[in-house]
Amino acid sequence: MLLSVITFLPALGALVLLFITGKGEAVDNLSRWIALGFTVATAALSLWLWYLFDPTTTAFQFVENIPFSDSIGYRMGVDGISVLFIPLTAVLMPAVVLTSWGSITKRVKEYLIVFLILETFMIGAFATLDLAIFYVFFEGTLIPMFLIIGIWGGARRIQATYKFFFYSFTGTVLMLLAIMYMYWQAGTLDIRVLLDFKFPPEVQTWLWIGFFASFAVKMPMWPFHRWLPEAHVEAPTGGSVILAAILLKMGGYGFIRFSISMFPDASHQFSTFVFVLSIAAIIITSLIALVQTDIKKLIAYSSVAHMGFVTMGIFTGNIYGIHGAIFQMISHGVVSAALFLCVGVVYDRMHTREIDAYGGFVERMPRYAFAFMVFTMANVGLPGTSGFIGEFLTMFAVFQVNTWVAFFAAFGVILSAGYALWLYRRVIFGALTKESLKGILDLDAREAVVLVPLVILTILFGFYPAPILDATAASVNLVAQNFANAIGAASEAAVAAAGH
Amino acid sequence: MQSAITSSDITSFASLAPAYPELLLAVGTVVLLLIALFWKSHRSGVIAGVAIVLLIATFALLVMQPGDAVLFNGVFIVDGFARYMKALVLGGAAFILLISLSSAREHGLDKFEYSILILLATLGMMVMVSANDLMSLYVGLELQSLALYVVAAMKRDDSKATEAGLKYFVLGALSSGMLLYGASLVYGFTGTTQIDQIVNAITAENRSIGLIFGMVFLLAGIAFKISAVPFHMWTPDVYEGAPTPVTAFFAAAPKVAAMALFVRVTMVSFESVTRDWQQIVIFLSIASMGLAAFAAIGQNNLKRLMAYSSIGHVGFALVGLSAGTITGAEGVAVYMAIYVAMTVGVFACLLSFKTADGSPIETIGELAGLSRKRPFVAAIFAILMFSLIGLPPLAGFFAKWQVFLAAIEQGLFVLAVIGVLASAVSAFYYLRIVKVMYFDEPTHEFAAVPAELGAVMAGVGFVVVTYFVTVGAPLTAAAALAAGSL
Repeated sequence: MLLSVITFLPALGALVLLFITGKGEAVDNLSRWIALGFTVATAALSLWLWYLFDPTTTAFQFVENIPFSDSIGYRMGVDGISVLFIPLTAVLMPAVVLTSWGSITKRVKEYLIVFLILETFMIGAFATLDLAIFYVFFEGTLIPMFLIIGIWGGARRIQATYKFFFYSFTGTVLMLLAIMYMYWQAGTLDIRVLLDFKFPPEVQTWLWIGFFASFAVKMPMWPFHRWLPEAHVEAPTGGSVILAAILLKMGGYGFIRFSISMFPDASHQFSTFVFVLSIAAIIITSLIALVQTDIKKLIAYSSVAHMGFVTMGIFTGNIYGIHGAIFQMISHGVVSAALFLCVGVVYDRMHTREIDAYGGFVERMPRYAFAFMVFTMANVGLPGTSGFIGEFLTMFAVFQVNTWVAFFAAFGVILSAGYALWLYRRVIFGALTKESLKGILDLDAREAVVLVPLVILTILFGFYPAPILDATAASVNLVAQNFANAIGAASEAAVAAAGH
Repeated sequence: MQSAITSSDITSFASLAPAYPELLLAVGTVVLLLIALFWKSHRSGVIAGVAIVLLIATFALLVMQPGDAVLFNGVFIVDGFARYMKALVLGGAAFILLISLSSAREHGLDKFEYSILILLATLGMMVMVSANDLMSLYVGLELQSLALYVVAAMKRDDSKATEAGLKYFVLGALSSGMLLYGASLVYGFTGTTQIDQIVNAITAENRSIGLIFGMVFLLAGIAFKISAVPFHMWTPDVYEGAPTPVTAFFAAAPKVAAMALFVRVTMVSFESVTRDWQQIVIFLSIASMGLAAFAAIGQNNLKRLMAYSSIGHVGFALVGLSAGTITGAEGVAVYMAIYVAMTVGVFACLLSFKTADGSPIETIGELAGLSRKRPFVAAIFAILMFSLIGLPPLAGFFAKWQVFLAAIEQGLFVLAVIGVLASAVSAFYYLRIVKVMYFDEPTHEFAAVPAELGAVMAGVGFVVVTYFVTVGAPLTAAAALAAGSL
């Protein structure tokens, strides 16, 4: 029951908000407090889930199973791959609600309802054990996100939200057909059964392409990333946070859970292709990030680059790569969310995202400067921050598989230091010459409450990554083992065939 | 084909039991007509109310009906499939009558004839759905069509409505002619007009070219009625020109009846030449989905947009039939049920869209800022648009799930890929409505929503949102039962 409660508690919150009527500041604040209550309760339960989770077994835990029709059943359960994404989602949501105090002034109640529904969909996608239900939650996120960008976004929000919607929708419907084909092949959509089901290699190729169409857009991988910078820039702070921290991770989760676990032969076959796209993402988008004049756009491009490390790690198929990819996703979830929250802080004060409009914050906002520095260092991948571990593990993994890929990926590390530190210098350092910035205030209590836990997490996971690595270890081992077995069996078969 | 009981001779009134719903509706309609004629001071609203009650009573009788039967020398069949589709027809008709109550006057429909004609059309549809003979099929079809031709042109002093009525009549008559021609060819080459006997006269090896010709004409005639591309030309004009409540009716009940007919004729009569009609259905399906998705993008008139939307949805329903399997027929049955529910909801919203001074809203642009002024209606309409796109977790997704599942089972990958891409394109015009309602600033005030429309919207909205946990399982089970009885 715990998983269902965590999944649907936010939706219940949305339902409660639906019955609040009236207008004005008092109603808006009441709505915010209610939403905060529900998201904090969800976060607490999700941490409890993490605490109860038994990391020694590879079996799915907290399983619920209610059959619905022949093809669809309500099945829930988590293993080491999925369990951490639930607390990640749930912990970031209160931060999103807290930002609504400063940055959202119109249609506050609707804003909170849409976010709570979105939270249910996101948690559900990570918690479900039925492929059809996964699709329902995965695709369902499009509706709230479309509205969030479209209603509360910036000046070019409509174009941005359409682009977001159509990229995602077109990719995802192809996955839908692959899911249906899997149903007719395996006779069920229970993910536990499908993980053990061996699809013939030629079938795997097509199914892999169907899933890739969806996850590559979601991730996003170069060259399917075009929607992301615009969506990030135009979305309100909360939308950018969720987009970067959670929605992108659904792609990575999908790659691990479905692509390499269910279609190992095809994944192996396509791994070079994925490496090339990952390297392209890491280098090209890092270079693009260097020339951005808009803070949010710069962070958005850096997200694409970081996701390049994730895809690269996943498709090495070995323990370090998958471990590193999961760690990188959790870390990036915290760090990118924090960076967008930091941008939100100054945007709420100055209402511009142009880098040139800022400078010299260190004089007026020392606390802000410190928080921003921690997240910038984590973004660069400095040892001692959470950003380092994931990047290191994925590089280490890919070095074993393909040295050239590792060689090129290393450029990404250098470039990320370039754009992130340069951004920091231009925004925080320098002389405070601009008149408009003279009166700017440092973090207030509400903003500090949001950012301080993220600072702590970033540094904690940098020095002590064990909580994350331990929880995932058993399941990652199994995935890597199965992948290696499948590849080994395939290459043995090829050798046998050649021998005849 | 397994028909359980064959009682060809009528020995007592009790032996007519399977046809009680039709009899009740026929007798009730005639009595209501007489009452309305002789009771000079009647109010059309009261007649409409009685008509709704009559439809509900017929529905109740239908649901309580005993097992399967074939009556009247084999021309009338009652099986699970017929019952399921008739329930949809009756439900759709009753709800459309209900939502047209509040705006009957402004559309020139505040006459008792309107309700009577709708009842007669519904009776025709029930006969169509239960037809087990090409003759009874035609009789039902014509009863339905003739009633609807009149209803379309009921607003006599409106040039658009009369044009719509005339267009509908001319093209409808043409399609009936084609259907009859096809039926005569089929009779000529098989020696029978009975739907479940035709199949015995055809085998895949000895099928004659004349028979295939007859089948093609027959299917073309029915394709007109469901407005599948390339037989859809009348739909946008008629939908736009006819009074909105009439458009709502066109979009809901007749589509179900004609689709039921399509399924029965193809799956039962031409079972042994599935390969032949499958090609036709696949073509109709791809053409409908593709054309509707692109043609609707340029539309500004809401009713015209809904016309293209309904063409597209017929295309999606045909994806299920393309499979030519029981799973496919089940998919069609689920699809039509969800389609009818969404159509009722959409038209309840359309009928409530009025500016503050009471003039109806016809174009998309006029909906600007609806979410600020009428948040409830805007939310329901947006939910319906998302559902029509086929986004989970809304009902429209599960409809598409069923039909595409059937197509994939049969390996119709090209059809499936084209279908899902068409649904991605169609998202564009549905989203435009959401965009106008939610992202644009209001330019004028909107009239309040009548209570019964609000209730229908709330009901449909609830079903569409909670489909998976509420009606989903029973509906799928009922559809499986219905398709299994074919």
